[in-house]
Amino acid sequence: MLVLNKVKIQEMADNIAEMDAVKGRSLWTDARRRFMQNKAATASVFVLTLIVLFSFIGPYFAVWTNEQIDWAVLGRVAELGQPSFANGHFFGTDSLGRDLYSRVIQGTRISLSVGFVGATVAVIIGTLYGAIAGYVGGRVDQFMMRIVDILMAIPGMFVLILMLVVFGRSILMLFIAIGLLAWLDMSRIVRGQTLSIKNKEFVEAARATGVKNSKIITRHIVPNLLGVVVVYASLLVPGMILIESSISFLGLGVQEPSTSWGALISDGAKTIRYDTEWQLLFPLAFFVTSLFCFYFIGDGLRDALDPKDR
Amino acid sequence: MLNYVIKRVGLAIPTMLILIVFSFLLMHSAPGGPFTSERPLPPQVLANIEAKYGLNQPLWRQIINYIWGILTEFDLGPSFRYKDRTVNDIIEQGFPITIKYGGWAFIFAVGIGVPLGIIAAVRQNTWIDYFAVGFSIGAAVLPNFVMAPLLVIVFTLWLGWLPGGGWNGGDFQHMVMPVIALSTSYMASIARITRSSMLEVLNSNFIRTARAKGLPEHVVILRHALKPAMLPMISYLGPAFVGIITGSFIIDLYFGTGGIGIHFVNAALNRDYSVIMGLTVLVGSLTIAFNLIVDLIYAWIDPKIRY
Amino acid sequence: MSYFAKSLAASFVVASIAAAPVLAQEMHPVTGETLADEQTFTYSLMDDPTSLDPQIIEDVSGSAFARDLFEGLMNQDADGNLIPGVATGFTTNDDKTVYTFTLRDNAMWSDGRQVTAHDFVYAWRRAADPETGSPYSWFMDIMSIAGVGDVLSGDASPDTLGVRAIDDLTFEVTLTASLPYFASMTTHATTFPTPSWVIEEFGIEWMRPENFVGNGAYVLTEYIPGETSTRERSTSYWNNEATIIDKVVTLNIADENTAHTRYLAGELDLGTVPTGQYLRLKAEYPDETKSYPRLCTYYYSLNMGENGPESLKDVRVRQALSFAVDRSIITENILQAGQIPAFTFTPGATAGFEVPEVAFGMMSQDERNAKAKELLADAGYGADNPLELELLYNTSEGHKNIATAIVQMWKETLGINVTLANMEWKTFLQTKGDGNYDIGRAGWCGDYNEASTFLDLVSTNSGYNDSKYSNAEVDALLQSAKTMDDASANYTRIEEIVATDMPLIPVYHYTGVGMFKPSLKGWPFNNVEGNWYSRDLYKIVP
Repeated sequence: MLVLNKVKIQEMADNIAEMDAVKGRSLWTDARRRFMQNKAATASVFVLTLIVLFSFIGPYFAVWTNEQIDWAVLGRVAELGQPSFANGHFFGTDSLGRDLYSRVIQGTRISLSVGFVGATVAVIIGTLYGAIAGYVGGRVDQFMMRIVDILMAIPGMFVLILMLVVFGRSILMLFIAIGLLAWLDMSRIVRGQTLSIKNKEFVEAARATGVKNSKIITRHIVPNLLGVVVVYASLLVPGMILIESSISFLGLGVQEPSTSWGALISDGAKTIRYDTEWQLLFPLAFFVTSLFCFYFIGDGLRDALDPKDR
Repeated sequence: MLNYVIKRVGLAIPTMLILIVFSFLLMHSAPGGPFTSERPLPPQVLANIEAKYGLNQPLWRQIINYIWGILTEFDLGPSFRYKDRTVNDIIEQGFPITIKYGGWAFIFAVGIGVPLGIIAAVRQNTWIDYFAVGFSIGAAVLPNFVMAPLLVIVFTLWLGWLPGGGWNGGDFQHMVMPVIALSTSYMASIARITRSSMLEVLNSNFIRTARAKGLPEHVVILRHALKPAMLPMISYLGPAFVGIITGSFIIDLYFGTGGIGIHFVNAALNRDYSVIMGLTVLVGSLTIAFNLIVDLIYAWIDPKIRY
Repeated sequence: MSYFAKSLAASFVVASIAAAPVLAQEMHPVTGETLADEQTFTYSLMDDPTSLDPQIIEDVSGSAFARDLFEGLMNQDADGNLIPGVATGFTTNDDKTVYTFTLRDNAMWSDGRQVTAHDFVYAWRRAADPETGSPYSWFMDIMSIAGVGDVLSGDASPDTLGVRAIDDLTFEVTLTASLPYFASMTTHATTFPTPSWVIEEFGIEWMRPENFVGNGAYVLTEYIPGETSTRERSTSYWNNEATIIDKVVTLNIADENTAHTRYLAGELDLGTVPTGQYLRLKAEYPDETKSYPRLCTYYYSLNMGENGPESLKDVRVRQALSFAVDRSIITENILQAGQIPAFTFTPGATAGFEVPEVAFGMMSQDERNAKAKELLADAGYGADNPLELELLYNTSEGHKNIATAIVQMWKETLGINVTLANMEWKTFLQTKGDGNYDIGRAGWCGDYNEASTFLDLVSTNSGYNDSKYSNAEVDALLQSAKTMDDASANYTRIEEIVATDMPLIPVYHYTGVGMFKPSLKGWPFNNVEGNWYSRDLYKIVP
């Protein structure tokens, strides 16, 4: 499900770890320069910003709310529900005569939040878990990593369905459930990197001169973790959005009248043959465009942050 | 090497036990049960049925019985929903179907994804590359619940070339659409991974040396670059295969192929406890087995890794 | 059959047709229509039936299998009237507590044995036996067979059930209460005979095609769960000559839109009408798209129980909610398939039931809306004291559409805020069963064609009374109706009380919808219980 090149990220993590911490400061300035040179990535940032802006500004132009039913259209959606400026349905209506423009805006917000919040949950848990295991080391490390091994063997999608069934459907649950599934890889990568950084000379030197553990972590370990975390997170976001769309397809997604890209696309795909193509095309366009952007940005970030390529 | 395999298999046993207990408890904490129905059963009838299926025993007893049944007779119990069948029946009947179209989807994904990725890398920044990148992202983001109905509309309704579903023993005609719908997103990921690792290998020092020696380009690529470039892709194959198996519910749902996939969702929704557990055991052991196989292949290709 | 054998057979058929050109195509014996050469009926299933075992079947699709593969004491004709099945007829004692069925002597099992009264005795005991664990054993209970309670609870052996074979062809049932409609209950799958010797030999695998023995017009020849099944004409069926359809095939298609696409592609004889597409398909395929009445009501129950909200205990609030639902929008703009707006709980299609003219059903929607506002204001709810409720429904496109529209109606007419709570099936059932809801979606289909199958739901002790409604007068009326010859006055009175107390909001009465290939004939559209038999169908040259 997740289209992530884990090995590539692992390699990149190794490369970053190989560098001296002194160079770490220039890493970010260099990275920004190189990212800006990547046309696809910068264009993607631009487009994605437009989409986010649209989801905030768009409502001011909306004639209908996302839950209002246009009673005049209801029942004759194929003829009257087409995209039109005259009746205020810029993107047409859904099969219940609700304004698709407002619903797409609302779905955009939900899907993007699911992507970002889910990725954030995964990154926070994964980083903390991995860093603790790596920094403490020894038996604790072994035990913690064994747990990750076991969790890795659990069929994710299957458990996700079970969890949504058990704990009921709510957007909060969706965030947590998706995020919980995705932190495992993150924790492994972070742990590996923490281990190698921990034994680097500059860390040992710092320790020998009496620098506190907390300071070592914030000064030396975290900056070195950041690159890999950012790249991983940027690729996790579209993965989360894709998972949410499958969940919505199964009818286990957000509650009506709220909606998401996945729910809109799934509804639109059902009625594709009944002359209401716009119900699929508008949400699908937003979905596909955004995911394209996320992938390009992710690739761009990885290229920019991988020190080996410079 | 052997020690490593033994260690991994040894680890698989506690993993499976934890997985079984975890799923068991999760499942039993879901609201409703297998016999909750629209017309609530009279308490006496419900008690009779629960007694028949052993659901009246304490939970820990049920777990032990369940694990004991698997260990001694490889018996996964009766299905609570499909009352004429056991879980073994359901898996025996559906799993070969899923493996067949899933296996083809896997071969198709690798067989097209890898060459596409290599060509894109070799011809970097040409239209072939742009096409490959565009295709691979496009295929990854087009949900298969959109693709499956579209395929039926095009190939069955408009062109009339293919039957709209069914399995019929798995002949070519009935396999085309399931394999396409299931493989595209994995094909895309494999192409992406292959392309990026190939690019990296092609820019590395030893390839520059090989080229400097004047070796023909196809020799450089096939003889020297291919093997190291395959490593990241191979480590992706384990999760990809398991993903194909669990992702097959869309296929069974749209194409009525009769595979095991449809039960991944329905068993959970129907609270068919024994089927849920059977599938957990099945997918769990598949995941463990495939991760192990992939690690072994990885070690076999990459001489730097020693277990 | 191998490819070679197939082509050989085909060439043989060609040869025989060429040799006997005088042989005319077959005609339907009654209507005289020209029958098609290939008599195969193909339809789709959303999911496998949970069982094909008559005593265990609990779903509509499984019952359709059972009516083809087995035959009970009585059958139904195209209009739902009772006609002889394995029994040629029955007699009762004066107070209708003992029914004696006479079995035909030419009814055969597909392995050549004769169908006897002992097979019925075995099957009925089996249905009630706790060992069988049938989810439909409660059906034996509502049939009021003597001794069923003790058998179900395990206090008495199944042998004590009030059924016996007087001789091979005489089957007698003793009831605990007088049931005028008892014989009509023997058309239900739970009561079909089953072959004891096969079940004893093969256990749960007895319904597999290789083991299968039945007494119906068809035998099961192929069953691949999740994909397809085939039942073929049984030559040992006593009335085999009248059967026209040779082969019945089911295909599993879980998605209604895909099923529709495949119908259009010619793979199915009977297709689905996807949610909300009836009008459109009716316009495009007027002869194929059909809608026919069903004995079902779609309603919202209002929780008046302990866990329910305080507001719904106020009759004015319940009335306001019901009045503000514009049923014609639901039936004409959302469902669009000839559904009937419901103001009473019992559908008008029920035998012997005249829909009473309840007061609020007579008003116009504007009047109802005005009245609803008034009632809500009287109850003390308004802008300063807004009413907040939750509407529970289970995951489904159709339920979602109706719930969304009704919530908007309430919001726009009454200014109240009702949150939608969509739950998957089992969670929905559990939550509703526990009484943890405000307003809950519900549907009810009659078990038999008589008003009491609906109205029993509003009696205090009904297990299906989700509203927890209790009215002594209603209970008394229902009680006295049981022994009356004509209880219609009681039923009318109950509907009037329900329309005032409003423990539930009737929304609409169902229609069945489907797409039927022009070649498919004989579908029993007038059977409001939806019981069809493949042997009554036939295919013509269109």
